[in-house]
Amino acid sequence: MWKTILRRILIMIPQLFLLSVLVFILAKMMPGDPLSGSFQQGQSAAQMAALRQQYGLNNPWYIQYASWVGNMLHGDLGQSFVYKRSVTGLIGERAVNTFWLALMSTVILYVIAIPAGVIAGRYEGSKRDSAISVTSFILMAVPPFVFYLLALIFFGFFLQWFPTGGSVSSTYNPGTLGYVWDRIYHMILPALVAGIITTPSTIQYLRTGVIDNTNQDFVRTARSKGVPDRVIFNKHILRNSLLPIAAFMGNQITSLLGGSVILETVFSYPGMGQLFVSSMTSRDYPVVISLVLLFGFLTLLGNLLSDIIMSIVDPRIRIE
Amino acid sequence: MAMIEVRNLKIHYPIRSGFFNRVTDHVLAVDGIDFDIEQGETYGLIGESGSGKSTTGKAIVGLEPVTSGSIMYKGQDITKRSVRKHMQYNKDVQMIFQDSLSSLNPRKRIEDIIAEPIRNFQNLTKDEERHRVQELLDIVGMPSDALYKYPHEFSGGQRQRIGVARAMATNPKLIVADEPVSALDLSVQAQVLNFMKRIQEEYNISYLFISHDLGVVKHMCKKMAIMHRGRFVEIGTREDIYNHPQHIYTKRLLSAIPDVNPDDREKNKEHRREVERIFKEEESKYYSKEGRVLNLQKISDTHSVALPDSTMKGVHD
Amino acid sequence: MDKPEDLLLDVQHLHTGFRLGDAFYDAVDDVSITLRKDEILAIVGESGSGKSTLATSIIGLHDMRNTKVTGDILYNNLNLVGLNETLFDRIRGKDIGMIFQDPLAALNPLMRIGEQIEETLVYHTKMNKEERDKRVLELLSQVGIPNPKRTARSYPHELSGGMRQRIVIAIAIACKPPIIIADEPTTALDVTIQAQILDLLEDIQREMHSGIILITHDLGVVAETADRVAVMYAGQIVESGTVMDVFKHPTHPYTRSLLRSMPQAESDDDELHVIQGVVPSLKNMQMKGCRFAPRIPWIPASAHEEHPTMHEVAPDHFVQCTCYKDFYFPDDDQAAEKGE
Repeated sequence: MWKTILRRILIMIPQLFLLSVLVFILAKMMPGDPLSGSFQQGQSAAQMAALRQQYGLNNPWYIQYASWVGNMLHGDLGQSFVYKRSVTGLIGERAVNTFWLALMSTVILYVIAIPAGVIAGRYEGSKRDSAISVTSFILMAVPPFVFYLLALIFFGFFLQWFPTGGSVSSTYNPGTLGYVWDRIYHMILPALVAGIITTPSTIQYLRTGVIDNTNQDFVRTARSKGVPDRVIFNKHILRNSLLPIAAFMGNQITSLLGGSVILETVFSYPGMGQLFVSSMTSRDYPVVISLVLLFGFLTLLGNLLSDIIMSIVDPRIRIE
Repeated sequence: MAMIEVRNLKIHYPIRSGFFNRVTDHVLAVDGIDFDIEQGETYGLIGESGSGKSTTGKAIVGLEPVTSGSIMYKGQDITKRSVRKHMQYNKDVQMIFQDSLSSLNPRKRIEDIIAEPIRNFQNLTKDEERHRVQELLDIVGMPSDALYKYPHEFSGGQRQRIGVARAMATNPKLIVADEPVSALDLSVQAQVLNFMKRIQEEYNISYLFISHDLGVVKHMCKKMAIMHRGRFVEIGTREDIYNHPQHIYTKRLLSAIPDVNPDDREKNKEHRREVERIFKEEESKYYSKEGRVLNLQKISDTHSVALPDSTMKGVHD
Repeated sequence: MDKPEDLLLDVQHLHTGFRLGDAFYDAVDDVSITLRKDEILAIVGESGSGKSTLATSIIGLHDMRNTKVTGDILYNNLNLVGLNETLFDRIRGKDIGMIFQDPLAALNPLMRIGEQIEETLVYHTKMNKEERDKRVLELLSQVGIPNPKRTARSYPHELSGGMRQRIVIAIAIACKPPIIIADEPTTALDVTIQAQILDLLEDIQREMHSGIILITHDLGVVAETADRVAVMYAGQIVESGTVMDVFKHPTHPYTRSLLRSMPQAESDDDELHVIQGVVPSLKNMQMKGCRFAPRIPWIPASAHEEHPTMHEVAPDHFVQCTCYKDFYFPDDDQAAEKGE
């Protein structure tokens, strides 16, 4: 199994290389350059040209690419044109925010979706099932940004239960308990809505899984052994029904880590998604390129993670 | 000359493993078989699961890429895709499957299902096509209102007949029937078998009849081959195989069929245990060290058996 | 031979109805059978005959929300019909073991073999973990698994079809139940494996003195393994008796037709016998009169009973309806005789 994991990681190298070239070329093809945005009154064309020269923007693209890759391997993703600081540091900071938000929304997702899916499947056709199914279909139909905005307006502005933006208030000093609590406080609403909006697919997978597995022959075998219903459900039905969810978990985790553009924008939450949008609009290439590459890497990692999880939970799948 | 001549047919699947995922071994699904199918005859292919009988059938229809060897039809080797395409091979050779429900597209009406091969190979007007489909339904004894129904609206036996009608649509010379009645009840099975025989007589069709059921093959086929581990252990006429089996595997297979006469029960059981004992003792003689079935030796005009050389002497004496 | 203490199971006037829409339709309609110690009773029939429904009714595996079971299933002075689930759980696995058709589907893909066999012991015995492990290995070798220790640790997909069916049998016999129900135990297997599994069932039956109900569609399997046989058609038993009687002197038109449609023995190029018409679906089942009558339309209606009952044509050999007396095959010489 370790061999396969190693091989899979090695295969990721050429994939990432291709992605990096592609991303680089695309970025270069976009109209304008980072300096065109920072053009200020009183700056002469000569000064601009000098700046271009200084940032290496006049070099041929492959030299720019080579130096970029070289630096990247040393952990240096370059300087953000807009924030005037290292991209590594910038992403690192945002990644922490996104990570905690992702973790919280994942926990909320499973805490809600697993019991809901199990109840809907186990009591198929009951009132509880219809209530859960109808709710999850409505959630599936609502566009996320509408849902986010409604939550923000209602709980943030109207009821004023939660803050409407940011990740922490400036009144707290890092390291204090108040600071930690305030960060959690800022996360609750975005994590809750992000968790809730992703529940329908998990609920539906689980519901059909439970219904399918209840009618499987091996469940009949368990009943013919005289195993009590409760045990049959936990040991035979539930475990098998959780397989598709486990299969999807790797991707779920990494996709949340990539940050949600819409979520973070709506809640003005300083995470990766928001960084991505803002750097796009300000043509902050070093940041955009690094983020796209990171997202690509996360996707590949997600697939690998899913395969590893599957091989652990399902004995039929062995990666050798 | 036989209609289909299969020569030294091999179908191997690669097994990949190791760090670089290289091909390290092969599954020998079919490993060197020869046989002929004559015009208008039914050739039986008997084997247990994993014997390679279905793979052989698919190769003859052209559904399975062949590793080596040849399948000659009208003087041409149809293992090549281009040859099959050029001579419109599948107009002449069609297939019916065991699972009639999953082999018929559930979203298509019977009319479209049966007309599909016609559309592939013939240019008929809408009216001609409908007329032909009606005619085919007639041949398989289905009412004409079946045209507008969907596969799930029919019983297993009826669906199997629709499968036959589809296979018949292009006036084929050969139909490869892969376990065509295995999923059917006894009384329905009788119906489908009778009907397959009837259209054979009427249209001079050949069948390659693939089955694990020795009773059904006995009823349907005059000539047959017993397949094991991708090779033939014995080929011969019905008489050769059922009354004078020579290979230990054939004997074992025959002894395992339960008999409907309860009188012979103890005798059969005794016989089966005896054959099983001999099989355990002598198995190694009938297979190479690698477990490969030996080469066929001719013991009469019609009968060939994969016997070791020492046993051969006994047969000739 | 009919000592009362040998009687294991007494099924009387069993009806099992399934809900289709708003009404219940009887898939098993007024069936009475008995199972004795030390015997194999075969229930034979085609799909839709209700034979599997009969089996699952005895072991109480139906979803009671959509099933209605009436009549009596008497076991040990206990009526299994309407028994509450908690009590039934004590009987399932301990007193009645069941073997299923598709051994791969019948085993949980995520559980080790040992664990699946052990589960029966957990709920029905007072054995501790060590004793259970020992018993699992014992069972695995009893059903002819060559390497019990390794097999106990493996998963179902790692075994062949024949081996899996042995595991399913090991599960069924773990608590040495007096009654074993085998529902098409060899249908998914190759003939050589089938022979081995049937031998195994007979060995187990001899060893444990159980009564086995063998559900099958294969007349050959019945003739070779069973002691008594009940032939089912459209939810009812149409003929029952010893295997000798029923196969040597088949009497009900359905039994006779079925035997005749087999491609078997010294068959030549003759046409096989075809039973006219189709098995009625549950919804279209006629509830009155002889259910086989529509399939033998050349037999006059007067030959059938209005309310068919079982007739003892020989000691312990029963046939439903009176139509057997006038039955003949239209393509037989008999036809000419009757015409005279």
